[in-house]
Amino acid sequence: MEKIDTAILVASKTEFRTFVDNIIQENEVHGVSRKAPGFTFDRLFAAEELCLDYDITVLPPSKYLLPAPESLLKFSLAPELRVYGGAEVRPSVILGIHPYDLHALKLLDAVFIGDLVDVNYRARRSATAIIGVDCLNPWPYSFAASMGTALPPAIFDVWLTDLGDEYLIEVGSGRGDGLVKRYLKTRSASEIQIKERAKLREDSLSRYQLSLDVSPREIAELLDKSWNSPLWEELGQKCFSCGSCTMVCPTCVCFDVRDKMELNQKKGERYRLWDSCMFEGFAKVASGENFRPTGSDRLRHRLYRKGKYMLERWGELGCVGCGRCVHACLVDIASPVYVYNCLAKEAK
Amino acid sequence: MVVDAELASSIYLPMLAELVQAERLSQREKLLRLRLRDGGHLNHRPGQFVEVSVFGIGEAPISVASSPSRDGAFELGVRVVGNVTRALHQLQPGDTVGIRGPFGNGFPLSELLRRDLLFVAGGIGLCPLRSMIQYAVDKREQFGRIFLLYGCREPTEQLFSGELDEWRQRPDTRVLESVDRCPLDVAWEGRVGVITTLFPQLNIDPNRTTALVVGPPVMYRYVIAECLKKGIDKNNIFLSLERRMKCGMGFCGHCQINNAYVCLDGPVFSYAQLSKLEETEV
Repeated sequence: MEKIDTAILVASKTEFRTFVDNIIQENEVHGVSRKAPGFTFDRLFAAEELCLDYDITVLPPSKYLLPAPESLLKFSLAPELRVYGGAEVRPSVILGIHPYDLHALKLLDAVFIGDLVDVNYRARRSATAIIGVDCLNPWPYSFAASMGTALPPAIFDVWLTDLGDEYLIEVGSGRGDGLVKRYLKTRSASEIQIKERAKLREDSLSRYQLSLDVSPREIAELLDKSWNSPLWEELGQKCFSCGSCTMVCPTCVCFDVRDKMELNQKKGERYRLWDSCMFEGFAKVASGENFRPTGSDRLRHRLYRKGKYMLERWGELGCVGCGRCVHACLVDIASPVYVYNCLAKEAK
Repeated sequence: MVVDAELASSIYLPMLAELVQAERLSQREKLLRLRLRDGGHLNHRPGQFVEVSVFGIGEAPISVASSPSRDGAFELGVRVVGNVTRALHQLQPGDTVGIRGPFGNGFPLSELLRRDLLFVAGGIGLCPLRSMIQYAVDKREQFGRIFLLYGCREPTEQLFSGELDEWRQRPDTRVLESVDRCPLDVAWEGRVGVITTLFPQLNIDPNRTTALVVGPPVMYRYVIAECLKKGIDKNNIFLSLERRMKCGMGFCGHCQINNAYVCLDGPVFSYAQLSKLEETEV
């Protein structure tokens, strides 16, 4: 993504609402809206549905880049076998991504657009404009501040900070520049407003209620010493293997692949859907051998993947501290911050 | 609706291959001989695997059982264990399947040149090893002596009996067989006992020998111990691992062992590599 040298801008909230209505006219827009009892990313049809002052969405915006189910190919068996690529990609705008979720997207980019390219992901990613917003009022389960993910990485198109009556607007790409120039009435931000953003961001850091006792870069080292910790057994015993922690995780990417046939048995589709390393059969082969047979094996694998494996393989930690898993877990054992803090204590 | 043109070349889109011949190897296994429909070569290395599709049923990772040094077709040894393999067994010559790959690293050919090769196969593990045995037989001058230890549960489960005899007759090639048990009404001239009981008959030079081992997980620990006892270095013991796999390209997550991906970093690992991965328990 090319870097655009643009001044930091401001727009009133009224102007911003007009902007959203304008882009909705010409684009498919997905944004955060209030759905009792929480917030979700959903298709927006009017600016009034948008709620940018939210704490967390139930599912992360990665659901747009790795939709479930997602078609991988289609085929017809009669009159003769034909196989063809199948995914449909529509250009869209995602409105309201928080910094931690954008950090997660940075990791997804590394996974799917690396040495090996997942063309479906790449097509969706390049067709998606990202307008993000600072998270000034974090929810109680988040520990993004101590994971170093409370500020956005520079992969957004447009970034917003709520200054009360106005939004401070930072343009991060040519595509973002185009959107702002075409649809939004802006003026340059003053020095004072830019300083205000810094202060708001700084103040938000003190509102996080959970925090890691070690630096995020120390987690991998900690895990190197913790393979045989009694903690895995203690927590794993309680695990339902329900996969809730992974279904809400913004960095979870594992998938299953299945075929389905139409009723006429002539045409069919191969599709992928989200899978979970916490499910009992995730590592089980057809002969019956299960390479991660217990809840403890699977829970340990998940926390190693988040804290070590993904970092080693793709250069980014697999936990961004959003806290969704902490909240989603039915038996209160999924929290990475709890686990890593316990291991830090054990290691002392 | 916009359909992105590049998706047509998706990595998930298989090549089409035609079943040339299906040969029954035992009650549970068939050898499927396939040819790519476009006439091209699979271009695999011994020890690599492919993702095989039966459209409408699904896809499964299966090792290539034949050597690239043989003609344009390739062979897969398939045991019926699930939906896809059951469907593969029902195919008739002329039927079409999908093939993606080849995937994985395969056996480390450059490290095997001029070495004595000790193949240790348990059950259907002979299929992936056969790709390398055939290769070594075809390029006999590039390798030293060849030893094959082959164990299965019962004589009726033995695969490739004809080829075993053929290999046995080759110069500098020794084939030793065992079965775990032998029913009274079955003729068997080989050893009765687990595969490790064949090791005492082996006369190898550990410094010249590389072991290539493929079999069920339960076999590995014991065979590795025997190889080490013979004096083979842990960097010269290679094992091919089976794991659940969906994509074959390091995305889907199923085949991960600690931070190693069997589909990318394997399926062939040295014992030295595996001993650093806690999850393998070898």
